[in-house]
Amino acid sequence: MLAAILVNGLVLSGIYGMLALGFALTYGVARILNLAHTAFYMAAAYALFFFLGLLGFAPAALLSALLVLGLALLAYWLLLEPLKEYEATVLIVTIVLALLLQEGILLLFGGHFRSVPALLPGFLEVLGVRVAQQALLALFFAGLVLLLAWALLKGTRLGLGIRAAAQDQEAAELLGISLSRAGYWAVGLGALLAALAGLAVAPMATLEPHMWNAPLLVVLAAVVLGGLGSLPGALLGAVILAFAEVLVVNLLPGGAFLRTAVALLILVLVLVLRPEGLFGAAFAEER
Amino acid sequence: MAHHRWLALLALALALAGPAAAQTLRIGILGPMAFVQGEHTWHGATLAAEELNRAGGIAVGNQRYRIELVRVDTNEMTSVTDAATAVERAITAQRVDFLVGGFRSEAVLAMTEVAADYRKVYLITGAALDGILAGRVDRNYDRFKYLFRVSPTKSSDLARTSLLLLGEVIQAVRRDLRVERPKVAILAERAAWADPLVETASRLIAAPAPQGYASEVVGTWRPSATATDVTPELTAIQRAGAQVIFTVLSGPVGVPFGRDWGRLKIPAAPVGINVEAQQETWLKATDNLGAYVATLNTLAPSVAITPKTIPFIANFQARFRQFPIYTASGAYAALYILADALQRAGTTAADAVVRALEATDYVGPSGRLVFDRTHDVTWGPGYTTGLGVQWIEGRMQAFWPRQWRVGNQVVSYAGVRPYQLPPWVVEAWRR
Repeated sequence: MLAAILVNGLVLSGIYGMLALGFALTYGVARILNLAHTAFYMAAAYALFFFLGLLGFAPAALLSALLVLGLALLAYWLLLEPLKEYEATVLIVTIVLALLLQEGILLLFGGHFRSVPALLPGFLEVLGVRVAQQALLALFFAGLVLLLAWALLKGTRLGLGIRAAAQDQEAAELLGISLSRAGYWAVGLGALLAALAGLAVAPMATLEPHMWNAPLLVVLAAVVLGGLGSLPGALLGAVILAFAEVLVVNLLPGGAFLRTAVALLILVLVLVLRPEGLFGAAFAEER
Repeated sequence: MAHHRWLALLALALALAGPAAAQTLRIGILGPMAFVQGEHTWHGATLAAEELNRAGGIAVGNQRYRIELVRVDTNEMTSVTDAATAVERAITAQRVDFLVGGFRSEAVLAMTEVAADYRKVYLITGAALDGILAGRVDRNYDRFKYLFRVSPTKSSDLARTSLLLLGEVIQAVRRDLRVERPKVAILAERAAWADPLVETASRLIAAPAPQGYASEVVGTWRPSATATDVTPELTAIQRAGAQVIFTVLSGPVGVPFGRDWGRLKIPAAPVGINVEAQQETWLKATDNLGAYVATLNTLAPSVAITPKTIPFIANFQARFRQFPIYTASGAYAALYILADALQRAGTTAADAVVRALEATDYVGPSGRLVFDRTHDVTWGPGYTTGLGVQWIEGRMQAFWPRQWRVGNQVVSYAGVRPYQLPPWVVEAWRR
């Protein structure tokens, strides 16, 4: 049972991790609580489904990621940047954006359940547990994407600019860093991470117009659990929630439907004991 | 003289136009039209309306009526309130005379309240919850007598049938794998309609023969109806050593179940209810990994439940290029049942139509339809039974009822083939 928990938990962590990092990035830098984050993830999955009908996997995936990136930047330019000062309005606008995407997809693709064929069919036995090769591929992909994102933020001038803008907006501006440009980069990177998560999950998930709801809840919980805006916090939050879910299914089979509820309970408990989240103390420094 | 000629022509024209200018009956077809369930309700009704109109419409008393269908999108998948509002609008603004359709039990409960308020005859063709009719029509007849259910059979009858299918698979495990006491895992979505089924199944599986299946329940897993990943559940079921998985799934979770089960080649044969596996899009939706999945269904290709089954399927496929799901055969039958009742009643007055509907004995594409005292369709041999189907070689094949013995009666439909265990299940367990 331990092996099953370990293997399944790790695979789920990779996917939640990608989603949570993108969300935390958008908030940490551009100060936007983007409730349309997982709707971008859904849009990428559907775009992949659509383009696969016309193209091979690689060009279809590339086109899907670019499409979602363009969509996110357009939404930022048109709707979010002008309203950035009004946090509540931004929240409402992003949820409206998510619902618009949901309705648009319902209109274009109908309410049918769709699926994207796996790149790697079949399964492997890892520690005696059957794991779909596609899931292992998604885990590897998630690891790679997270490493690249980390390298970009920590090791490049662009990343430095983004982090500086996040840390102290006035000082960054005095040093010649364009806050507006940093915002675009953060939103773009966040959306790109959501899109990549969508591409990784599409061959394992069922595509339907409400598929953004459940992961949004988990992502919100993960970033709050980790400390809102903290990038390592978001990742740790994602891992904790993923393992909590897998533990519930394995230890309490009759209550498997409670997996998300138990994960949220952990969130509430952490917040009661440590309201700033797990990485809350490092919050200012991290941003 | 010229005047007279014109008047004569006018009189002749009126005389000719008189009988031809039939009146219209407006029938509201209710359903979530962006989803396959609503779409097929509409298609099934359209097919019946076209046939009835082509045959000259419905004779009611000495009047002929043409059928005009009104498409009512209930949006019931997302909003029960929208569904009730849509029915109200159909009655008051779109002036429909009768109502047919509905899919989600929760929404149909609200929709039937509105229909009862306006005393409109409503033939349900999608929702299964017993309580939509039981406890309402029998206890409060005057208010709810306008409601009838044509399809599917009610939840408790679906439960009986799915347990009969489970029995078939347990038998196959005993026979083909030589496992004396097969192990069964129950995988049921978390929903009110599934609870009694889980309880009955657990009892029946473990009970000794001949009442029970003399098998072992290795565990009960209850994922959410909207779970998108059941890998942890499947891993645990495999670890529990199950040879059979009894599924009770009506929600979207049916798709990830089929896909993950096929991809991981879990050595346990799934049978029970999986609504997603009832549709012809099943293999596509599961990336072709849903082969060998077995589920309760209403229709299957080339299986003649009644003489009307094959012509209905053929006409439906020719017209809509899809295989009909149960809401299609239900709506199709509902229109014929209504037409028949109107003819017998000789009036469109609701109370008289209700009395005529109560006397219905109609053979439709999915069985013989006779309403019981709660206005529910009668289940059992000689009436409507349902089918057990399995995905074999890229298509849906029926495996039940085949030599189904009920008292002295043996029920079999032409075109039903034996159940087949998935090859990897055979490989894993054959002794």
